[in-house]
Amino acid sequence: MFTGIFKDTSVRILITFMIVLCVLSSLVLPDWMQNNFMYGLSRGLAILGLMLLWRTNLVSFGHALYYGFGAYAVALCQKYFGITDILLRFAIAVIAAGILGFCLGFILRKYREIFFAMLSLAFSMVLYGLLAKAEFLGSTDGMSISPSTLLGMELTRQYLFYLITFFVICAAISIQAYLRSTLGHLTTAIQDNEIRVEYLGYSVQKAIHIKYVMSACLAGGAGGLMAASLGQVDPDSMVNWNVSGELVFITIMSGWGNILAPFIGAIIFEFIRTYAFEWAPQAWAAIVGGTLLAIIFFFPGGIWSVIEKVFNYGKKKNVK
Amino acid sequence: MSNDTVLKASDLNKSFSGIIAAKDINVSINQGEIVGIIGANGAGKTVFVNMITGYLKPTSGKIEFLGEDITGIEPRNATHIGLCRSFQISQVFMTMSVKQNLMIAMSLSKKNGKALLDPIADDEISKECDKILELYKILDQSNNIVSTLSQGIRKLLDIAMAVVGNPKVILLDEPTSGVSVEEKFGIMDIVIAALKQTETSVLFVEHDMEIVERYVDRVIAFYQGEIICDAPPKEALSDKKVIEYVLGH
Ligand SMILES: Nc1ncnc2c1ncn2[C@@H]1O[C@H](COP(=O)(O)OP(=O)(O)OP(=O)(O)O)[C@@H](O)[C@H]1O
Ligand SMILES: [Mg+2]
Repeated sequence: MFTGIFKDTSVRILITFMIVLCVLSSLVLPDWMQNNFMYGLSRGLAILGLMLLWRTNLVSFGHALYYGFGAYAVALCQKYFGITDILLRFAIAVIAAGILGFCLGFILRKYREIFFAMLSLAFSMVLYGLLAKAEFLGSTDGMSISPSTLLGMELTRQYLFYLITFFVICAAISIQAYLRSTLGHLTTAIQDNEIRVEYLGYSVQKAIHIKYVMSACLAGGAGGLMAASLGQVDPDSMVNWNVSGELVFITIMSGWGNILAPFIGAIIFEFIRTYAFEWAPQAWAAIVGGTLLAIIFFFPGGIWSVIEKVFNYGKKKNVK
Repeated sequence: MSNDTVLKASDLNKSFSGIIAAKDINVSINQGEIVGIIGANGAGKTVFVNMITGYLKPTSGKIEFLGEDITGIEPRNATHIGLCRSFQISQVFMTMSVKQNLMIAMSLSKKNGKALLDPIADDEISKECDKILELYKILDQSNNIVSTLSQGIRKLLDIAMAVVGNPKVILLDEPTSGVSVEEKFGIMDIVIAALKQTETSVLFVEHDMEIVERYVDRVIAFYQGEIICDAPPKEALSDKKVIEYVLGH
């Protein structure tokens, strides 16, 4: 599955980008920026999952279900088993969300378009309702998460950031390996023509199910890392419908052209939000909405298409 | 069932809320046979193809393939056992290139399980695809996106995608519809020559009697869901019922 993956251009660009990000943020950039990177990269994992689904023309308006599920899995394991190790936290979040995605996948894989979107939303609202009512989970106040450790040692924020970057690289490489595989190509084929895929001998529902579980794992991992970096989980900022909306928003903003796109999109989103809050606290929603409108109108391929254009332009100039 | 029989349908019936689309259909097809299916619009030809390949379940009756009961099989399993088809309206991946289309088909027919996670860009598969594209005379279109190509090329690609699984029986639903008159014979020459090499039994639906006469060993004529004639082409095309209900003069 992974043979020759490091020769892949997208993977090389991804790794370079992440290393540059780490170096810059540890040497020159202020701390608050590092926080934005950390949140952006974590959330980017969930966006990567949505991008996968989008490639099959499926939009989930309820991915906060897995995002929140991963985050709460981390919180619960801390509360009941005292687990604070970041490796375990990430693994638990991914696996918990993956199992939930596997179960719900049996239902969701039968639906398409708006039915898929709304059914996803419905499931996430059920979880929201349960969490908001559950007192042992802190109901609407949520729970606090203690700082992460690594193999028994305390972890500074700097190192937490490096680790998150590392998780992101691993996840994105796995997704790239999947996308270049036969199964990965099938998923674009499905959005093109389901009947043909069936007649080629592969179950469309199975292919969608596999993809759905992958996207659930990614969203769960994102939630787990977000919980660890925010130090807090609560239903409103993790599971509510507006969180799902935000994820879809960033997905459209990022574009689906490349595995790096979701992370760039998510980081840019963090910055837009920070600045909008600072300069126009009353109007930040309008600013964010306006940005999306601008992107849909002028760059329907998302931020990634802009980056591609800029680079291709540079290349052509060099050739001359 | 004789030794040569690959496909056998017995007493197939299909109705859609009152409309009878297939009535008491009994057919058996031998290995390597080339059969033309004719009939006016709405006669039930596509319904027959759909039932055989599992897209539609017959209301009653039985379908056997190589001696095994396959009534109501899932389309993907029909493909696995060597029963493939092409479509009246070509079903190809419009947003991809010709080569990508065929690579996906080829890769799915050769790999399963974990191997499906290996990169699709495999030298061996790529070479084999080129061979098939050459056989179907569309190698020069290899890198073009399908949505930009003519009906004729799409039809050829559609058939090529069905053939990569090395079917025992292939059903072609109107392989030359939507194709210009000049292209028609060219396409059929390519397809029939390719399929004869592998002793595949071919059933193809066709409205053009010139094509039927030229290529088939046997003609099956449908009228209102029933088979009204099953005979060699000369005999069939001069049959009274066929002339009245199919040829319309
Ligand atoms: N899914 C369906 N639901 C309801 N009726 C159907 C369905 N499929 C086919 N029919 C009906 O069954 C009859 C046979 O249709 P079929 O598509 O087999 O015709 P055909 O011989 O392939 O015609 P053509 O030459 O136009 O392709 C028609 O009356 C059609 O309306
Ligand atoms: Mg038809």
